[in-house]
Amino acid sequence: MGKKVAFLQGNEAAAHGALYAGCNFFAGYPITPSTEVAEVLSAELPKIGGKFIQMEDEIGAMAALLGGALAGSKALTSTSGPGLSLKQELIGYGCIAEIPCVIYNVMRGGPSTGMPTGPSQSDVMCAKWGTHGDHPAICLVPASVQETYEEVIRAFNLSEKYRTPVMVMPDEIVAHMRERIVFPEKGEIEIIDRKSPTVPPEQYKPYDTSFGDVPPLASFGSEYRFHVTGLNKMQDGFPTTKASVVQEEEERQVRKVEGNADDIVKFEEYLLDDAEIVVVAFGSTSRSARYAVNEARKEGIKAGMFRLITYWPFPEKQLLALAKRGVKAFITPEMNLGMTHGLVKGCTEGNAPVLGIFRVDGEPINPGQILDKMKEVK
Amino acid sequence: MAFDYEKYIRPGKLPHIWCPGCGHGIVMKGMIRAMDTLGLEKNNTAIVSGIGCASRLPGYIDCCTLHTAHGRAAAFATGVKMAKPEMTVILVGGDGDGTAIGGNHFIHACRRNIDMTYIIMNNYIYGMTGGQFSPTTPHMHKASTTPYGNPDPSFDIAKLAIGAGATFVARGTAFHANQIDKLIVEAIQHKGFSVVEILDDCPTTYGRRNKFKSVIEMMNRLKEVAVPVKAAEKMSPEQLQGKVLTGVLYKEDKPEYCSEYQKVIERAGGGAR
Repeated sequence: MGKKVAFLQGNEAAAHGALYAGCNFFAGYPITPSTEVAEVLSAELPKIGGKFIQMEDEIGAMAALLGGALAGSKALTSTSGPGLSLKQELIGYGCIAEIPCVIYNVMRGGPSTGMPTGPSQSDVMCAKWGTHGDHPAICLVPASVQETYEEVIRAFNLSEKYRTPVMVMPDEIVAHMRERIVFPEKGEIEIIDRKSPTVPPEQYKPYDTSFGDVPPLASFGSEYRFHVTGLNKMQDGFPTTKASVVQEEEERQVRKVEGNADDIVKFEEYLLDDAEIVVVAFGSTSRSARYAVNEARKEGIKAGMFRLITYWPFPEKQLLALAKRGVKAFITPEMNLGMTHGLVKGCTEGNAPVLGIFRVDGEPINPGQILDKMKEVK
Repeated sequence: MAFDYEKYIRPGKLPHIWCPGCGHGIVMKGMIRAMDTLGLEKNNTAIVSGIGCASRLPGYIDCCTLHTAHGRAAAFATGVKMAKPEMTVILVGGDGDGTAIGGNHFIHACRRNIDMTYIIMNNYIYGMTGGQFSPTTPHMHKASTTPYGNPDPSFDIAKLAIGAGATFVARGTAFHANQIDKLIVEAIQHKGFSVVEILDDCPTTYGRRNKFKSVIEMMNRLKEVAVPVKAAEKMSPEQLQGKVLTGVLYKEDKPEYCSEYQKVIERAGGGAR
């Protein structure tokens, strides 16, 4: 018997990916263009005894998500730009209290209400710098319906493995387009669950670094009881203002992600071996970029694409290596005013020019625009 | 024999942060007595708070404790309760935390009638930040941000809770210490969202700005304004002028949220996994 296939929308695929990953809790608030995730899960979760709650606002949804996750659930929320802004307060809480959860954010225009349902890629900085203070950030940017399904699963795995909130951010085109999807068999993709404590309850400390940078996490309502706070905390979970402890803990929280970038960073190299022009693209824009690269090759231009699948941590090392190898130019097409452009410029350290194509008018970047930019490279 | 509070207190976590004369400690003791009366199992009890002086309470209690962000206790707690309906979930916090920044979560927790108990210590002020006016600061009273008197009208928390759909609403005061645990016991036993407002005092940031010469004077005021609901039935509107009703103000049986969601699971054909 062949694998199960379906014709699905990106958002529907995200919901089904979450279920494959073991999601059993959803808290959300309606917002276009991500609501389909909530709609699918409101129907599917109760079938498996899971919990779905529509909260009173975006902040409340994020709060319920964290509460559910602390009580042992694998929890998902879905939102879009304005909702992501509202959720930032508690995304920071999730980071400092180290609570695994997944935030699925469909990128539409902004700032503010912006252009609802128009596509955009302008939330990528918000994923990293939206909440105040230093914190770890993992953000995945799928480019197809199949990849959305798989990246949602990977997001759950990463959040459980590193005990931190993880974001999946398709642009509106990826979220709303319909494509063929092939479902993996049960057991085909590894599912990672959070590390549970093995020590006797009286010895349990929720931030015990003797187990490494990612301490085991117990659940509320289990044999372990502990304290959780948004204040800077000690290994036992209680607040502290002791300088050395705060410094060490803050550094550990960031290190557990940044220090494992090789495990988290995922990308696709398309025709890069001999590429002189490298397009750095992600999401739906990468689909135009692939087309443009193919067209360029027909015309004898040695073009290739570095496609970001993980946006944060940003693949600085890989792009710098490409730049040093010798590249005539990088091109960064994106549906924002240069967020990726600035990052690529920064990490390639002046080894090659970086040309930007920026679009914020709610229209996708088309292959012709990218091809034209390639022809500008001398 | 004196009551042993220590059995619910986390070893080594006292002294607490509250100022001398603050009533929060009286409320905490009442809560502990209530927990003991009900024989609440520590591992199966979550105490959830937001931000503020009162919200530091969970850190002292030896249960599953969650000190969340400002105003968000009810929403975090909703997540905990939905995930583990078998847990006893108690929320604690102050008037600013619960009725200003957390007002939306508060009214919706009331509306859902989710089985949790919310203990609000109403001391009419933002104490931790130094005495700014809150939604319950009386009209024309002084706070650090109302130097000419408070122009705002104030919330009646109990009425707000009843209006929003809470199915058990009670009020006590920090003066009437022996009543506190009784109200909390009844609130926790009630299936649905229960609210216990405790009129409290903040001598440090509210009392001294509003001509209270001492903590005793503040406590005496609580004693004087409080009228038990039963006694109020025999009093005239004139006699009730300036008084505050205490005791169980409202109680009704209505479908509880987690039980209703369990029915959703059944209608969807799902079982617990």
